[in-house]
Order: sequence, then C-alpha cells, then structure tokens
Amino acid sequence: MNQTIVDLKAVGKSFAAADGTPRTILDKVDFTLREREIVALLGQSGSGKSTLLRIMAGLVESDSGDVLYRGQPLYGPARGISMVFQSFALFPWLTVQQNVEIGLEARGIAKEDREKRASKVIDMIGLSGFEGALPRELSGGMRQRVGIARALVVDPDVLLMDEAFSALDVLTGERLRDDILELWEDEQISTKAILVVSHNIQEAIMMADRVLIFASDPGRVKFEMRIDMPRPRDADSADVRQLVDEIYAVMTAGRIRTGKTTEELEPIRLDHRLPDADIGLMEGILERLMDEPFLGHADLPQLAEDTELTDEELLPAAEALALLEFAVLEGGDVNLTELGKKYVAAANERRKAIFAKQLLKRVSLAAHIHHSLRQESDGELKEEHFLELLSESLDKEEAERVLKVAIEWGRHGEVYSYNYNTGMVHLPAPDSVATPD
Amino acid sequence: MNEQKTFFPRQVVEVTGNRWDWALLPLVLALIVLLAFGARQMATPYQVGAELPISLDVSYLPYYLLRTTLRMFMALAASLVFSVVFAVLATKYRAMERFLVPMLDILQSIPILGFLSITVTGFIALFPGSLFGVECAAIFAIFTSQAWNMAFSLYQSFRTVPPELTEASRVFQLSGWQRFWRLDMPFAMPSLLWNMMMSMSGGWFFVVASEAISVSNQNIKLPGIGSYIAMAIEAKDLGAIGLAVGAMLVGVLLYDQLFFRPLLAWADKFRFEEIGGEEQSSWLLTWLRRTERLQLLGEAFANLLTRSFGFFRRHHDGTSIKARNAGPSPVVERAWDAVLAALIMFATWQLLTFIHTEVGWTEVGHVFVLGFFTFLRVMLLIVLAALVWVPIGIWVGMNPRVAARVQALAQFLAAFPANLMFPVFVLGIVHFQLTPDIWLSPLMIFGTQWYLLFNVIAGASTIPTELRFAARNIGLKGSLRWRRYLLPAVFPSFVTGAITASGGSWNASIVSEYVTWGDTTVQAHGIGSYIAEMTATGDFPRIALGIGVMCVYVMSLNHFLWRRLYRMAEDRLNF
Repeated sequence: MNQTIVDLKAVGKSFAAADGTPRTILDKVDFTLREREIVALLGQSGSGKSTLLRIMAGLVESDSGDVLYRGQPLYGPARGISMVFQSFALFPWLTVQQNVEIGLEARGIAKEDREKRASKVIDMIGLSGFEGALPRELSGGMRQRVGIARALVVDPDVLLMDEAFSALDVLTGERLRDDILELWEDEQISTKAILVVSHNIQEAIMMADRVLIFASDPGRVKFEMRIDMPRPRDADSADVRQLVDEIYAVMTAGRIRTGKTTEELEPIRLDHRLPDADIGLMEGILERLMDEPFLGHADLPQLAEDTELTDEELLPAAEALALLEFAVLEGGDVNLTELGKKYVAAANERRKAIFAKQLLKRVSLAAHIHHSLRQESDGELKEEHFLELLSESLDKEEAERVLKVAIEWGRHGEVYSYNYNTGMVHLPAPDSVATPD
Repeated sequence: MNEQKTFFPRQVVEVTGNRWDWALLPLVLALIVLLAFGARQMATPYQVGAELPISLDVSYLPYYLLRTTLRMFMALAASLVFSVVFAVLATKYRAMERFLVPMLDILQSIPILGFLSITVTGFIALFPGSLFGVECAAIFAIFTSQAWNMAFSLYQSFRTVPPELTEASRVFQLSGWQRFWRLDMPFAMPSLLWNMMMSMSGGWFFVVASEAISVSNQNIKLPGIGSYIAMAIEAKDLGAIGLAVGAMLVGVLLYDQLFFRPLLAWADKFRFEEIGGEEQSSWLLTWLRRTERLQLLGEAFANLLTRSFGFFRRHHDGTSIKARNAGPSPVVERAWDAVLAALIMFATWQLLTFIHTEVGWTEVGHVFVLGFFTFLRVMLLIVLAALVWVPIGIWVGMNPRVAARVQALAQFLAAFPANLMFPVFVLGIVHFQLTPDIWLSPLMIFGTQWYLLFNVIAGASTIPTELRFAARNIGLKGSLRWRRYLLPAVFPSFVTGAITASGGSWNASIVSEYVTWGDTTVQAHGIGSYIAEMTATGDFPRIALGIGVMCVYVMSLNHFLWRRLYRMAEDRLNF
C-alpha cells in the first residue's frame, strides 16, 4: 500500500443554525489520501464535500477528530498543499506571470529563480505568449490554466481541485482535464496525489482511482468505489458507461424511496430538503421523456446527454418529479408514471390543477402552509413563521432556500402566493387570477 | 515608399532618457521647488496676536493658491494614513471593530466647522512661537472633512474582499504584509481614489472657512485663498471675490489634471468587475508611461516593495504549532466589553452633569427646537432639489453624449465652494428686505445639490438598453412611464446622492444660516446659526451643546431614514 499523505480521522464539522443549535456538515468522516492516487468526491450541493476539501486545505478548521498531513497535525494551509478554485480566484490586477509567481513570491524565492520556475510551468500548461496579459483579457479556459499553473508552480505534494471545470463549457473543461491527466500520467509534475471535488459524474469516473459519494445531512461517505481502469479512459466504452449508470443509481437511491410503482408513498417530512428544481425545467424534462426515443423510460446518463443538462441541474429536477409522483427513479433510470403521462397530455389549466393536487398531497410543507393560511381571516401569514419552523432542523440559508422552493411551487399551483415587498404568504385572491381578454 | 516608414528603435536615436523625459523635467523640478518653498513658509515664527498681512493684490493670488493647495494635500495625506490604520485595525481585530466603527459613525456626523474653534487652542499650545500650530489647526479642520468617507470606503472594501481571493492568498501562504499589498489595497484602490476625489472637492468648502480662524477674540488669517476671500468680504470687494473664484477654478483644474486623472487612469487596472465602467484616460499618465527615467523610478519603488515581501513573509506553514488558532479568550472579550460599557456610562454621567451645571435644560430644549428648524429646511430643500434635478438628471443620463460632459461639469461644481456665492445673497436679502429664514435656506443646498444631479445621471445611464427598448416598445407614456419605469430605475442612485446632499447641507448650515458681508450680518433661525453665533462669541459649552444636538439629529436621520431607504433600494430596486 502506498504511503499516506493526508489522513482524516473521525472528522466532524458543524455550523450554528439560526436558533444557535449546531447543524452537522460532516459527521465522523474517515478519509485517507495516499501517494499516486486521484480521488474524486461526489455529492449534491450541501453534502459537505467542499467543506471536507477546505479542511484538507487548512482553510476550515474541523470541530472534532484529527487532520494529519504527513503525520503532522494541520492547523492552517500547508506549503505542500495547493488548490485550484472553481471561480479561478486570480488576482485581476496581476499579470499571468505575476499570478503564477505569487506562491513563490510569498515564500521569498529570488526573482530569477521565480521567473525560471514560472516560465517552465507556463510552457507546460500551454500559456506561453500570455505572460504579460491580465486575467480579464483571457477566456475562461485560459484563466483556469493560470489557476492550475499557479497551483503547480510551488511543486505541491497534493493538488486540491474544487469543481475546477464546472465554470467552463463542456469541451474546454474536458480538454483541460485531459491535459492534467496527461501531466499526471507522464509524471511531469511532482504532485503525489490529486483530490477532485465535482458534481459531474462522468468527470469523476474519467479521472479518479477512487470515487467517494457523500450523503447529505449529516455529511458522511455513503459509498466508495475503486476504478482500476487504465487512463486515458474512453467515455464511450461500455465499462465507463456501466460505472456512470451505477453511480447515478447510488446517487438517486435513498433520496426518494424508489420502491414499486404502484405502492402508495408516504408524504415526506415537513422539513424535507425540497430539491432546487425549476418548474419550467421539470415540465421540459417530462415532455422530453414522453417523446422519442424515451417514450416514458430513460437512463439518467442518457437523458443528461440528450438534454445537455449538468448533473447538478438534472438530479434535483428528477428528484422533484419523483417527489410529486410524476416519475419513479429506479437504479439510475427514470420512468414516467401514469400521472406523469396524464400531466404531459393535459392543457395548461388542467396541468396546474394536477400540480396543485400533488403538491398538497405529497409536500407536507406546502400542505401545512395552505392549511394555516385557510385559518386566517385575511388569508395572510408572515413568512417568518415557516422560516422559524424550518430553522429548527435546517441552517438559515437552507431554510430560506427550502421555503423559496415551496413558495415557487405553491405559486405555480396557485395554491398560495407571496408578496416580496411585505414578506407575507397569502392565499391567491379569487379576482387576482388573470383572465386573458 | 516603405523606407520612409522605418521605425527607429528608441535606443538608437536617444542615448539617455527620451524626449518625454526632457519634456517632463522642468515640470517635475518646478513642482519640487514650489512644494519646498510653500512648506518652508508654513513654519515661520509667529506669536498669537501678531497681525498676518493678507493682501488683496492679484499678484499674491498664485502664492495663496499654492499655500491652500499644499494644506489640502497635507490633510489628504493625513486622511490616507488615518484611513489605512483605521481600516486595518477594524478589520483585523473584532474588539477594535466594535469600538472604532460606531466611533467613526459619530465623528462623521459632527459638524466639521465646529471642530475648528475647539482644536485651534490645543494646536497653538503644541507649537509655541511658530505659525505651524495654526497651520495644523487648519489642516486638521480640512482633515476632518476628508477622512471619514475615505476611512469607511477602505473599511468596506477590506471587508468585502471576495472570499475566494482570501482563500487563495491563504493557500499560497501570503503573509499579512504581502496580503495587504497584493490583495487588500489593490481591491480597495478604485473606491478609495473615488472617495479621495470627493473628499478633495468637499475640502474646498472648508478651506474657505478654516483659514480665517478666530480664537480667544483674535482673528488669525493664514495666507491662503480662504483668508483672501475673508478679507474681500470684510472689505466688500466683489472684484476680489471674482478673482478668488477664478484662482480656485484654476486650482481645481490643476489638481484634477495633474493628480487625480493620472491616478484614476492608473487605478483602472485594479477594477474588479470584468466588464463595464468607463475607461479612464489621462494625458499625463500616458506621458509618464512613455518616459524612461521616471518609469525607472516607479519600477524601483515596485522592486523595493517586492523585496520587502521576501523580508516580511510567513516563516511557518499550517503544520507548525504557531499556526494553531487559540482564538481570543472569552475572559478578555468580556473584560473589553465591560471597559467599553463603563466608559459609555461615565461619559453619559459627565454629559448630564455638564448640561445641568453649564447650560441648563431649557437651553437644551431650545437648541432642539432650533435643530428642528434646520431639519425642516434640509428636508424641504432636498425635496425641491430633487424636483428640479431628477428630471434633468434622467434626461441627461439617457443621452450618453451629453451625460459625459454634464457629469464632469457637475463634479466640478460640487468642488466649487458655495460659500463664495454667499455675499450675493446677503446683498440681495438686504436690498429687497427679504426674510432670512427663507432666503438664506437655498445656500445650504447650493454646494451639495450637485451630488443629487450626478448620482441621478449615473443611475439613469445604467438603465439597461433592453429595458429602454422594452419601455418604448410597450409605449409607456406620461405618469405611468415615470412611476413604473424611470423613478424606480434611478431610485437607488438618488438615495445615494440624497444621503451625501443631506449630510453636506447640515454641515453647510453653520456657514449658511449666519452670513456676513462687511459689517452686515444676516441670520436665520436654526441650529447652524446658533453654533456660528456661539463660535463668534467664544462660548465653548454652548458650541459643544450645538454640535452635540446637531450630531443627534444627523445620526437619527441617517439611522431612521437614509439607511432604511438605502437598504430598501439595494433590496428591491436593482438591475
């Protein structure tokens, strides 16, 4: 077994929720990063994968457990650990050369030496000719190359990549990824291990020796998979496709009970983390599912490819469809239910009625809002009541997000509405329903 | 044909420096000589009571302009140092932040002109037998008009440094010193410069008032434009005032072209937004960038800075015991809170006994009533100014070609000290036998209305083009067009302008409710005239009372009105 570089033992992290009670982000996570391996962390947003990466970067302190880097406790950012950021995090007032040199400058390395090392990395990463440019003159892909060069120039032991390709378009991201894998395979860089945080399943499979999937609330490793295929891997090969399927299945499993199609599902809990799904997108996916070539059944990866949606967009929408009983998720597949088919076939008014009915039946929070509003003589309530309820089990931001989703869905179903200026949730006034004339 | 277009490399044609160097040399030398001369004059021997001759002769004007400008730049430098110290302390130490930020909030609502009479005695005692003490008092008064907004802007910028850049600077092991120069300062630079420019503009208004100081019934007039104007007012010489206005315009133009334009153009590279914002350009900067010698100077400075990075760097990383964050001990934090609370209680007690023994409660009530008059005036004037300038500003802002020119003009007018116009008003009021309570009021907003104008222009010019097309396409007309489209669109920038205008008007009330021309004094009822009158008689407890009460008004107005409007605008009316 290769030597251990970073070792996390029973690491816990929680943030204070609105009412002061801690909300667990990471719960007793054990993790070991060893030499000569690439590890990918997958999970929905809010599952703690980014926090785990930041703990390893020394940017966030853990509340409990041990964080060891090369056997030493880690209190802050270590010299041997470098990082590539999702938003590039370049200094906009420094040139490409100066940005790349910054880590060396901070270490007090002499100018000539700095320039020599920076030029070497700049050549290697394909930036030569752009040394004097400011970041704002570069395209997104070129900027991330600067971010990578800056991270590599300090000869890091460990390279952390926080969704490094997700701000780029697909093609650019894939090219950059392949370039890094090539440097890694040819051992042109002295980096001993790479940790990738991603929400792109295919990306993780193309890169990693090990994939870890995070379950949210509380954050822990739900599933771990070794991938022993040689790199470069072919995205269209059967092996890769099968792995993608498998991971989709794991990621959708347990979030909504998959079960049998006919069985009545229990309504979800009041504080269920409603998926961040846009209604337009949900309808679009339903309609696409009805069409050729799916005709009601689709393999999730295939659907992602066909709709050109990222996993971060598709998965919440799929989850929402399952939640409202328009579809069933099973082993990485999505199947339309009879209700879903009926919904697609219906006209606008009828669709709204179905949506409203499902919302009240399945989403306890929406039903509770509706129920409470009906008891008010003026049909109005402050949003704070519901926020407080949610804050008891979710942190403030998450509570706001969940309520926002519930309000958006309620508006769509015309079950209740919301006034942004007053912060009041209210029943729709019968005369306010627009009638086209 | 081609041969004629051959470009000679500079190194071949010119051996030492280049022609830009030579062209700039006299300018640089002249500047150094002038500064040295002016600075030497500041520390001449002086005894309180001695007469400082101020001549109304035109030939003295350039010299006076030099002295005044020098004073302003020294105040600006002091403000800069103060701002950096304030911002660093307040962002770095939570305990300091809790004390410093409210402190500054109070300081900035204290009427600046009130400072002068209180501080001048101390400064004179500090430098006995030298004019430098009086100079310091004047500089301090200008400083108080410049420092607060700069300090807040810097503090705000330091706090809003993008988190991912902070993370990057930590991952790449930047020390505090390196971070300050590589991240915090560059990020704060554009907003700081903008605020410096605004401060400098505001400073002119106070220069006029702060150079002619009366202390213990002595009239001290420091050589400068302000004293020149004061003399002219005493001598009822309108021609001299005209000349002073001219000299001031030249001064404003000079520092704008020679100082701020180059700086702004240079700071363009620190803009954080990827797009948007107009490109700044400056002939002087272009010129400087083409010189070789002066460029070398700049490079030497930059090299020195990078060299210092090697010296002030982190010697340990996150695995060292030194990186272990123990955090501030709760006991110390509690103790600090207790000290603060004790100080506040002590101050309150002192204040109450002071009022009780020195001025009496009826006087306090009276001053609050006077404050209410001034409050009414300020609010009314802002409404009136808004009625005039909002439609004009919107019209100008939506015509890009006019906008650039008018905006420059409005900024220029904001720098122009409105107190120069006061004599005209006094003459008019006396001549037509008008009520001062009404007719002195416009003076308060005279200098600050321009903030309304150029903020509205800026707001109107940022209305997205698509929205304009959409509004035209729908055929929005009449009151609907104003209510649903134009007014909401410029509301946030209007609020920003109104905040500045309101603050400025309160300050201006001290000079504009109590105006003299020769031996004629015209006075309106209000807290400003109360403070001015007490200053003239040298009644310190009542000056302090007036300042305190005005402070209460300004702070409540900020807290209960402006900040709420601002937050509302931020929240709801944004593109």
